Amino acid sequence: MKLDLVLRVGTKILLPFILVFALYVQFHGDYGPGGGFQAGVIAAGMVILYAIIFGVNKAKHIVPQALVEAMIPLGVLIYAGTGTVSLLLGYNYLDYTGFAGDFLRAHEWGILIVELGVLVTVSGTMIAMFYAFAERGR
Amino acid sequence: MMEALQKFATHYNYFVTIFLMVAGLYIVIARGNMIKKLVGLSLFQTSVYLLYLSPGKIVGGTAPIYDGAYQVYANPLPHVLMLTAIVVGVATIALGLALAVRINEAYGTVEEDEIFSKDGEI
Amino acid sequence: MNTKAAPEVVATPEVFVIMVLLTLLAAVTLAIIRQRNLFSVVILSSIYSFLMASIMIALDAVDVAMTEASVGAGISTVILLATLHLTKSVEYPAVRQVALPLFVCIVVAGALIWGSISLPPFGIADTPIHTHTAPRYIEMAKEHLMPPNIVTAVLADFRSFDTLGETTVIFTAGIGVLLLLKGRVKKMQGQDDTEKKGEA
Repeated sequence: MKLDLVLRVGTKILLPFILVFALYVQFHGDYGPGGGFQAGVIAAGMVILYAIIFGVNKAKHIVPQALVEAMIPLGVLIYAGTGTVSLLLGYNYLDYTGFAGDFLRAHEWGILIVELGVLVTVSGTMIAMFYAFAERGR
Repeated sequence: MMEALQKFATHYNYFVTIFLMVAGLYIVIARGNMIKKLVGLSLFQTSVYLLYLSPGKIVGGTAPIYDGAYQVYANPLPHVLMLTAIVVGVATIALGLALAVRINEAYGTVEEDEIFSKDGEI
Repeated sequence: MNTKAAPEVVATPEVFVIMVLLTLLAAVTLAIIRQRNLFSVVILSSIYSFLMASIMIALDAVDVAMTEASVGAGISTVILLATLHLTKSVEYPAVRQVALPLFVCIVVAGALIWGSISLPPFGIADTPIHTHTAPRYIEMAKEHLMPPNIVTAVLADFRSFDTLGETTVIFTAGIGVLLLLKGRVKKMQGQDDTEKKGEA
């Protein structure tokens, strides 16, 4: 696979666009189709594409194993932490009304933070799964 | 006759859903290969997505993204439930595949019948 | 319940497209059942996922379609192929009898079809599913009490406990895969009896 010029150059051209699309899906989830789950999978797809074409070792220079393994619990922590913050602000668990003065604005902030947690966990899990399966074969 | 045909046309979604469900069930029961079984399991799972999404559709409606220009929307609740189910589904299928890989390392095969016969030898 | 004598048949090009796609889906499923080469099965299941995503778009479930296209056709295909790389890619010919599974499946299918006959017809608006919670969500979006994408709002706001649970399930599955597959590969002929078989 390393000798195939078209695949290598094509992948390098595609990668930034995949990442930008993942971020668009993540942050535009309030207004169009998308959200944390889809963005996480697309971001993980970028790393997996890179790992398939250039090898898992090179992919691990960009996204190290330790980072991926930290991402899996970190997302759940962000999600659950958001709920705790809303408790401390005097509302129910995961009720975002206290995050800002305006009702809609507060809920949009809450949704954004929670979706960020989902993104981190989903992309971390997918990359970790791919690394685990790919490493096993050697 | 006409009424039966009409019933068939209006319930075609459900009939295909049932076919997919039963096909997944058949693969899980009748096939011994564990990877094929997991593919069958994911067929079964996918049929459930269809079962949830079909009743939520309104012909002539639009996707549940609010805009002043439209009045009729599909029901958003099944979409929410299925969206999370898809991602959880692939995570659990990957867990099953990881188990299949470990079984292959331990027994040298993923065929159920061979594993049973090897267990008998020990 | 239904005041009309016969349910109104909705026949638009939209419905026709959905029916054609569903038929293609059933054909791909038949191919998956019959095919013994697991590599072909994986590619067929990828095609199946793309068809399913197209149907979801036709059913107005754009968020779900996006998820299915990226997860079902992307990640799940990659992981299945990685598994095939680690195991064998050909399924053995059947040694089991097919009569009993076929009988079980036909009975289940019959029961399900009998149950689905009385469901409301596809695509009409005045069914119970559309009269309970959905109008309230749309009303709230109309009054700008939640973001325009109703699915995201319901996912992360109304049902955020549910989503927290789902995220935890993904977390657990990821930890499980790492526990099963990370670490040294034990060879078949080595002293692999210490851990695996428990030395009965």
